[in-house]
Formats: sequence, structure tokens, C-alpha cells
Amino acid sequence: MSDLTRRLLLKAIGGALGLAAVAKALAPLRADGEETTVEGFLRKSYRDLSPEEIQSLIVHLEEMTRRVHGVDVTIRDAPPIPGVEFGFALNLSVCTGCRACVAACHRENNHDRPSAESYIRVLEMTQGSLDLAHSTTTYDHPVPAPGKFYMPVQCMQCRNPPCVRACPVGATWQQADGITVTDYNWCIGCRYCEVACPYHARRFNWTTPEIPAAEINPDQALLANTLRPRGVDEKCHFCLHRVRDGRLPACLEACPTGARVFGDLRDPNSEICRVLAERRTFALREEAGTAPRFFYFFED
Amino acid sequence: MEEIATRTMSPPRFARLRFLWHALMTATEGPLPYLLWMLVLTLVALVGLHAWARQASQGLILTHMTNQVLWGLYIANFTFLVGIAAGAVMMIIPAHLCGDREMRRVAIIGELMAIAAIAMCLLFVVVDLGRPDRLWHLIPFLGRLNWPQSILAWDVIVLGVYLLLNAALVWHQLFSHSLGRRPWAAWHRPAIWISIGWAIAIHTVTAFILCGLVSRPFWNTALMAPRFLASAFVSGPALLIITLLLLRRWTRAPVGEAPTQTLLSILRVTVILNLLFIGCEIFTVFHTGGSHSEGARFLYFGLESDSSLVPWIWFALALDTVAALMLLHPRSRRLTGWLAGACLLATVGIWIEKGLGLIVPGFIPSPLHEVVHYTPSALEWQITAGVWALGLLIFSAGLRVAIPTLCRDVGAGEKTP
Repeated sequence: MSDLTRRLLLKAIGGALGLAAVAKALAPLRADGEETTVEGFLRKSYRDLSPEEIQSLIVHLEEMTRRVHGVDVTIRDAPPIPGVEFGFALNLSVCTGCRACVAACHRENNHDRPSAESYIRVLEMTQGSLDLAHSTTTYDHPVPAPGKFYMPVQCMQCRNPPCVRACPVGATWQQADGITVTDYNWCIGCRYCEVACPYHARRFNWTTPEIPAAEINPDQALLANTLRPRGVDEKCHFCLHRVRDGRLPACLEACPTGARVFGDLRDPNSEICRVLAERRTFALREEAGTAPRFFYFFED
Repeated sequence: MEEIATRTMSPPRFARLRFLWHALMTATEGPLPYLLWMLVLTLVALVGLHAWARQASQGLILTHMTNQVLWGLYIANFTFLVGIAAGAVMMIIPAHLCGDREMRRVAIIGELMAIAAIAMCLLFVVVDLGRPDRLWHLIPFLGRLNWPQSILAWDVIVLGVYLLLNAALVWHQLFSHSLGRRPWAAWHRPAIWISIGWAIAIHTVTAFILCGLVSRPFWNTALMAPRFLASAFVSGPALLIITLLLLRRWTRAPVGEAPTQTLLSILRVTVILNLLFIGCEIFTVFHTGGSHSEGARFLYFGLESDSSLVPWIWFALALDTVAALMLLHPRSRRLTGWLAGACLLATVGIWIEKGLGLIVPGFIPSPLHEVVHYTPSALEWQITAGVWALGLLIFSAGLRVAIPTLCRDVGAGEKTP
């Protein structure tokens, strides 16, 4: 055997061994809990889908929920209602920090159970200060505690949203009624939107969300509370599957003190407009230039 | 006239394929130490690949990143390596703008380092993604690149183009050599100039990713891009000096004394500049005070009982300072070991202060002032080691193919490997 042939043979053996090692190293990919299909891999962004493709996406998601979780859910496409712009206000004088809104959001939006995820964080603030440095989100005692007040924080549905500008693939955008939505089937999971948000309003799915079948909320809409895959970002969408259907957000309905006010900013007779006209409201981190549609106020 | 004729003449049939085959054969053989080195790197890369496969099938939950600390070890290495890629240009500038012939002879080493560094950057971005299967969404026209709004989209473009540009430059030089021709100046010259500007661009845009956010006061400083460049022009030349010294020691590559000395002259300026910028940052942030300084307070002194980065950052500053003193000492011109040591200290110092020391304090405290601790998980270290190993594999193989061509360029009378 010539030297050249011998070397080539050795290299071929080495190459084959290397390829086998690569295949072996990649073995965990085959044990993936989430299914990957060619159709799912090639799916376009929601914004590029035709009405027929949206329908087929809905059918696909419903079927997948049935197959994986054994649950029948109804998924709708809920586009914004023309001429409407949603706003939220929160009365800090009556909020007791009970976190009923946090729990309601958790259930309504099919959040991961083990991490107790929710779109809302409640800050326990120290009286005499609006500096968040004097606040905590991890309080664990009867509320309201003396010397404290409570400030729930969720997506502000900014008119000038930093998260939308951050996204490198246009997977999050602001719709006509002011709600910023996320396309869970298009997001690549870089988390730059979440890095960019000055309210820490966004959430990342570090693993496939886990929810017992009996607890899955079957009332779902695209870009809202469908079961999310692993590795994508999400955020509060003002319960768009409810509010674009004439209902109120789940956090508002759950609030025992009536601290939350929701409505159409373009309807002068709405409760939100009355609050904005009559109360001394303010926006969180207004200096950030985000122009929130979410306001806070203290009772006069 | 004759020269122009040869340059425009098309190469013989299959010359490119034959050259590729030749490169593959060269890269896969060599002296025993080279083969062992490549074997070790392959094994580490395989460990990293396996760790990544586990992460991809279970999610980023296997890392220690959280909704508070959203980026960690991967992006820390990414920012550092963008610096290495940009810093490699410090060979190209003397070689092609200042007419340094000695440097021009070995400048391809800088381009190879840039290629390896950018490849690592892209890999660190991929391993940081929650959905690596959707990477194609970032490809212009095919996906939906949010350009020009998203700074990340800009970064994808500048990094991608920089990789292609350097790959084309290296390919053209090596392929020309294999045909016994000189690089075609009409193409090569402008490409070199563009690559110099582009090196500045990749690091500036990467700095803009961080400094243009209202949510992260720690990063929100106009000094970010200049500081990135200053530190890149420390770590890049430092690693290049180490590479040149190693090549001189372990191979018969015709690497003279002059390029190392030129790089050292550059380093002597940039180490000072880097320390000056750090000082400016420290003054501004602490003298101003208030809640905007909390990230820096966490980094340098600890915040709410989390002082995990404090020893690291002071260690890094000590390394930077000692390295600066060593480089400025006349001994660095004469003693190889002294110089290599100083370069190593500088590189490690910058890896810390521009890696985790830059990324993590952007997240602690969070915009809602939560303090959530972060230390990378074992899996994050495995994946990181794997990416580095793959990058070093690319660099080593590139050097192996390129070095013989350096010799031929020098002409007769030189040693050949």
C-alpha cells in the first residue's frame, strides 16, 4: 500500500468516526418533547398569512392541543376592532396587593404552572417613595402591610414600544387598537424585546409550558393565549381574546377592590376616559418616552 | 502588460476544486503535536455539541438565565469575540494602509483570526436562541429581517458581511498562491479597505445593541462604542502577538520580529486608552449616583448581598493594569515570555470586563429593581468551551493551510515547514 493510500484511508476512517461521534452527540435532539414538522418549520409570519392560511393554522393548533393534551379548545383569529384604542388605569389607593390579578392572568393565559408565570408583577412600594429601588416583588406576608402601598405592573401597551423596535424579525408589533402582540410561531427567542422593555413586562418560555389538561383555558385566540411553544417570548395583550369580543380583561374581573379600569380611549363616554379626565393620573417611567396606554392614579 | 494578462486569465479547469482538496488534505495532516491539538479540540467541540443538543431539546431552562438575567455567558463571549474579530484589523491597517511590508507578509493571520472569531460570534448567537430552528427568519428576503428598525438586524448584516468579506479575502489570496499568481489588486485592494471600515462597523453596531436601550441605564452610555473599540484593539493585537510568538516557537513559519513589534506599539497606546475609558465610566456613574448607577454598584461593590461579580471585576482591572505596566516596560520589546505574559493578562482581563462584567450588570438590578443572582450553569460552560474549540479548530486549520503560502511569498532562501 502506498503512503498516499494509507493516509487517505486513515483520514477516511477518522472522518467516519468523527461523523458518527457528531451523530451520537446530537442524539438528544431526537428525544425532543415538542414535535417539529416540515409545515411548522416553513410557516410564514402571521403578518404574511392569507385568511385561508390563518384558518389552517387554527386547525393545526387545535388539533395539536387535542393530540398532545387531550383537550378540545376553540381558537379564533381576533383582529382589532376598527376605531377602538384600548387603555387601562389602576387606582393605587384601593389596590391591596392581594395578587388576585396575577393569579387570574396565570389561569386565563395558560401560563406555565411550575414557574407560576403571569404577565403581572405586583410591586410592594414603600410609603413616601415612588423609587422602584425601595420596592419588592417577592413579599410574602398578609396584605396590605403597614407603611406599604401596591403597584401592579404589566405591559403598558406603549404608543412607542421599545420591544417592537428591538425585535430583529418583526415577531412583535403594535396593532391598530394599540395592543402590541407577539407571533409565537415566528419569534426566534433572542429575548432582545425583553431586554429592551423598561417595565420588565415581557416573559420568555425557558421550557415548554406545563399545564394540567383540566386547567387549560379553552377560550383562545391567535396572538393571545394559545399554548405557547418552548423558546419564544410573550407578554400581556390586554386579554385581546376577551376585549375584542366585548368582554373585560381577566385581571380586572378578578380584582376584589375594583382598582382596575379598562376601556376605549376614543370613546369619550367610557369609564377610562372619565378617569383620565377627572383623576390625577400618571404613567410609570414616562421619562422613558414610551408613551404608555396604562395609567396609575391615587384617589383624591 | 504581461502581469495584467496573467491576472485576468481564468484559472485552469477544476483548479478551485483541486485547491479545496489540497487545503483539506493539508489541514488533516501534520506533525503529531498538531494532530493531537486538533483531536483535543474536536473532543471538546463534541462535548459542546452534545450539551447544545440537550439544551435545544429541553430549552434554555438548562442554563441559569432567568427573566431577570436574560443574557449570560453566551452573549458575554459574543461581545468579547466581536472585539477579537474587529481587533484583528490592527494587522491589516499597518500592512495595507501604512505600507508595512513585513506585516503584509503575515496579515492573512489577522484575517484568519477574524474569520474564526466571527464564526464563534455567530455560533454564540445561535446557542443563545430559544428557537434555533427559526434561524432562517433572520435571512434577508427569505425571512423577515426587521431592518432598519432593529439594531440586532443591523448586527446580523454587518457580522454576516464581515465574515463573507474576510472569507473571500483569504480564499482569494490562498487560491492565487496555489496558482503561483499574486492577488488581483483591482479586487483585493478595495476589499481590504472595505474590511477595515467594516471592522469598525461590527464593533460599533454591537455596542449600539446594548447602549441604545432606555431600559438598561448601565449600558446607556455614549462611551460604549469607543470603549468597545479600545478594548478590541487591546485583546485583538494581544491574541495576535500570542499567535505570532507561538508560530515562531513551534513552527517554521517565516514570522519575523517586526510584526510583533508593530503590534506591541499599537498595544502600548490602546491599553492606556482602555484604562482611561474605564476610568471615565467609573467617574461618571459614581459621581452622578442615583438609581442609574445601581448596575455599576452591583458590579464593583455588590448590591443587596449579591456581590458575585465584585472579585471578578477587580481582578480584571488588576489584570488590565498589570498588563499595561508590563507592556510599557522596555522589557516587553526584548523578552518574549514577558511580552506573551502581558498579552495573556490583557486578554483575560478584557474577557472578564467586556464579557460577564459588561453583560450581567445590565440585568442586575432588573428594570423593576429585582436582584436575581446569575452564575452560568455547567451546561453553559460546556457549550461555551465547545464553541471556543470549534473556533480554534477553524483558526488552526486555516493557519495550517495558509502558512506554507507565506513561505512561498518570502521567496527562496527561507525555511519551509
